[in-house]
Amino acid sequence: MPPVTIRGKALIAGVYEHPGRELPDRTLPQIHAEVAAGALADAGLTLADVDAYYSAGDAPGFGALSMAEYLGLDLTYIDDTETGGSAYLVHVQHAAAAIAAGHVNVALITLAGKPRTGGAGPGGSARFSSAPEASFENQFGMSVPGGYALAAARHMHEFGTTSEQLAEVKVAASTHAQHNPHAFLQDVVTVDEVVSSPMISDPLHRLDCCVITDGGGALVLVSEAVAASLNRHCVPVLGTGTAIKHTSGGRIDLTHTGATRSGPLAFAEAGVTPADIDYVSIYDSFTITVLMTLEDLDFCEKGHGGRFVSDGALQSPGGALPFNTDGGGLCNNHPANRGGMTKVVEAVRQLRGEAQAAVQVPDCELALAHGTGGSLATRMGSATLVMGRST
Amino acid sequence: MSELGQFGLPVPPPTVNLETQRFWDATAEGRLVLPRCDNSGDVVWYPRERCDGPGSNSVTWFEASGRGTVYSCTVTRRIPGSWRKAAPFVLAYVELEEGPRVLTNIVGCDPETVHIGQAVQAVFDPTPDGPALLRFTPA
Repeated sequence: MPPVTIRGKALIAGVYEHPGRELPDRTLPQIHAEVAAGALADAGLTLADVDAYYSAGDAPGFGALSMAEYLGLDLTYIDDTETGGSAYLVHVQHAAAAIAAGHVNVALITLAGKPRTGGAGPGGSARFSSAPEASFENQFGMSVPGGYALAAARHMHEFGTTSEQLAEVKVAASTHAQHNPHAFLQDVVTVDEVVSSPMISDPLHRLDCCVITDGGGALVLVSEAVAASLNRHCVPVLGTGTAIKHTSGGRIDLTHTGATRSGPLAFAEAGVTPADIDYVSIYDSFTITVLMTLEDLDFCEKGHGGRFVSDGALQSPGGALPFNTDGGGLCNNHPANRGGMTKVVEAVRQLRGEAQAAVQVPDCELALAHGTGGSLATRMGSATLVMGRST
Repeated sequence: MSELGQFGLPVPPPTVNLETQRFWDATAEGRLVLPRCDNSGDVVWYPRERCDGPGSNSVTWFEASGRGTVYSCTVTRRIPGSWRKAAPFVLAYVELEEGPRVLTNIVGCDPETVHIGQAVQAVFDPTPDGPALLRFTPA
């Protein structure tokens, strides 16, 4: 029996990115509600149409239970899968599978957070402190940049990657962000400006790090039958892959990510190769995250990421592999300290031809979005999606 | 957590549980005790009462050498919260002679001199509760 596939069975009908980057006057549930309404309106649907809801650690309270009540949803399918910033891509995979199986017609995925102006922080802190690894990692002053710096330092040691090469990732993101009126940082920066910005944790400078913003986003996935009834360009999900990479009992290799496994799964399901992809949204918590992910997704050889991203390869249009045309987490938005949602949103914009005109990839037929949740330094949830303009 | 230890770094007490009691009890005596998989012989990190290999999941605890080399390191210069006053400090993975790579700090030296491949030796940094944190100093 051939394997069951979700290829083309589920379509992204609605996307929404909150335009706010500082939202001191809103609660977390309010932001979830705003982005839910935005994505449903984009699809031409309402809250009453939703039968499945997906939330992660940023959802307050009891996750889907609390949010279903607050949003007024009548649900027969829920999923609170938590893999950090990649959770929303995992949710797309799970929603696509549930739609393919006939369990779900309209799935809603939301993200909201206020790390910039305070209020309730992201959930999961109680779970973190009781983790079996907690006392062997939390006692040593590991900040988020510090952890990613450990991966960057080892990558530099093994492959000769340079700070200037990492800076190219930020330069490309900033080149795109100048065209995004909502981007938190809209100034184009140079390699020199990146490498002369203050060192946070060697070898990562301040401009190697993503922004901290309030905000959120939402996605609406629908079945083929629902999509046929909508007056909106729906983007089919062609391939999905998820993988957890952890420390393997102390045998951690810091130079690769879970994309080495999630990528091939997604490409195989979609029936495409990296060379077929027109646009990529790569989770860019830090510049090193992008460089390692591109290698692990086989857009270039392992260790050659530094050379690959040089000379404007990631810039749109015209670069070999246009990436993060909204400015990404490095410049545009990193709501709730979780970058997966906006990666899917911008990939859908590209496939619909609705990206900012200056950065729209001509004839964008195939797009890839990749999320990395957790930390490159310890354990991560990696998720890859391949989406098409049409089935 | 406002107190700094003998190396100028915070010494937050660990959470000790039934699976990690042996490890933390030994640190209080200045000894590094680790679990080894009864099946594969691999040394398991973080310390726990099980290994993740095939077959039996039992482990036997033994005293390790405390010798290792720096697998990766970073000088953290900016960090919020209780570690701010300890910066700059070295966060590192040390590969123990017995195999595992452990997250730690390199102490007792100029942070700028620490590098990948450097030989290091375990030191035990006491916390107020008794257990000591496993840190390393140049060998």
